[in-house]
Amino acid sequence: MCLGIPGEILEVREDNGLRTGKVRFAGITREVCLAYVPEAARGDFVVVHVGFAISKIDPEEAARAYRVLEELGQTAELTADASNPEGGREIYRRVP
Amino acid sequence: MKYIDEYRNSEIAAALVRRISETVTRPWVLMEVCGGQTHSIVRYGIDRMLPQQVELVHGPGCPVCVTSLEMIDRAHAIAQRPDVIFTSFGDMLRVPGSRGDLLTLKGRGADVRVVYSPMDALRIAQENPARKVVFFGIGFETTAPANAMALYQARRLGVKNFSMLASHVLVPPSIAAILQAPGNRVQAFLGPGHVCAVMGWREYESLCEHYRVPIVITGFEPLDILEGILMAVRQLEQGRAEVENQYVRAVSRDGNRAARDLIFEVFEVGDRKWRGVGSIPKSGYRISYEYREYDAEKIFEVDAIDTHEPPQCISGLILRGLKKPCDCPAFARQCTPQTPLGATMVSAEGACAAYYQYGRHLDTDGRAAEDCAASGGR
Ligand code: SF4
Repeated sequence: MCLGIPGEILEVREDNGLRTGKVRFAGITREVCLAYVPEAARGDFVVVHVGFAISKIDPEEAARAYRVLEELGQTAELTADASNPEGGREIYRRVP
Repeated sequence: MKYIDEYRNSEIAAALVRRISETVTRPWVLMEVCGGQTHSIVRYGIDRMLPQQVELVHGPGCPVCVTSLEMIDRAHAIAQRPDVIFTSFGDMLRVPGSRGDLLTLKGRGADVRVVYSPMDALRIAQENPARKVVFFGIGFETTAPANAMALYQARRLGVKNFSMLASHVLVPPSIAAILQAPGNRVQAFLGPGHVCAVMGWREYESLCEHYRVPIVITGFEPLDILEGILMAVRQLEQGRAEVENQYVRAVSRDGNRAARDLIFEVFEVGDRKWRGVGSIPKSGYRISYEYREYDAEKIFEVDAIDTHEPPQCISGLILRGLKKPCDCPAFARQCTPQTPLGATMVSAEGACAAYYQYGRHLDTDGRAAEDCAASGGR
């Protein structure tokens, strides 16, 4: 659970005074806090750890790193909470 | 060399292995600190590509594995309360405490929920004002900025029913503890790339100087690890002991300033007990006095806890690089990922789980015995 997972910023907005956005990881999109990467904008790739972008990364490297993480089974944390029966709301979604 | 062929960058990998072989003249023991690196090393068989003289031992860098039994038992005590919604990262649910794991507790009706981010736990608190929502805040420096932000936001938004059971651990004091321990064999470290992306590497410079030990900040991809090993072996052979940065593309000397600032607003450095290792001075973050009303340990007063660890588990020795998983008599027998006795068998980043997942116990070619030469020396 210690590695960051690279994804692409699809959207940036303010949420309760916090810089937030949607980030796409292969087929999965999640809400991510962008407060720690003030320089990152829509279309940029960021390394995300437990819902927080911690650094920017270039797109080519992001793709490669994602593949390795997938092989290591380390991308599963992106959907780990989907098993919560009491969730009751969409906590992640697949992008067509 | 079957593992190299399987890997898509086999030529570069083979060239790096050749360079390592050309550089090394005597035996060296290197430790990779980060559990993500351990997983990658075992998955790609990197330890088996290396020349005999270079031995990798696996470090304590899996936050799930080193969370103390006392802390897990405290989590249980809190999660059992009917007024509590207990939230945690998925891996933590299966870690055995003295009386079973959190998943079992959930099966018995406790409201235990897996969250992806501490911000999700905060949201659950906002949605359930009549319940007390507790987040199990574990992790190394990589996770601390996220947990700090959850508390910062809780206070800013006036969310009163949210709290954190904080059990953060820090890498540099654990490196110092490993180096100071009697019988230490580690001569150089591959430093944790993602931890340093947040913290930078200034703290590691004083470790290098004080203990005369090379530290190479390294990524987690196979080629990163091979390059990190080459850089570390070069330093050892040349008698240097410096911080070098293999992971330039993600890590700078200062790390992420904004993240660090918020960590120090919310947390303070304190002593921390590590599972299997014991207490290490100044090796963790605890919730600062300013934020004490969000500290689950204070709110729920769960202190005097009587812990029980299975006697056969040697994970403490594994986490310090003194033993390897197949040295453990319970490995792959009583202890498997389905029936873990110790925390290093639970998380994929734990050395025992990585060895099991990639079939190190099934080897018939004698390699398993060789992998476990840590205690006897090669
Ligand atoms: S194999 Fe199981 S019992 Fe043995 S050290 Fe690892 S976690 Fe502990």
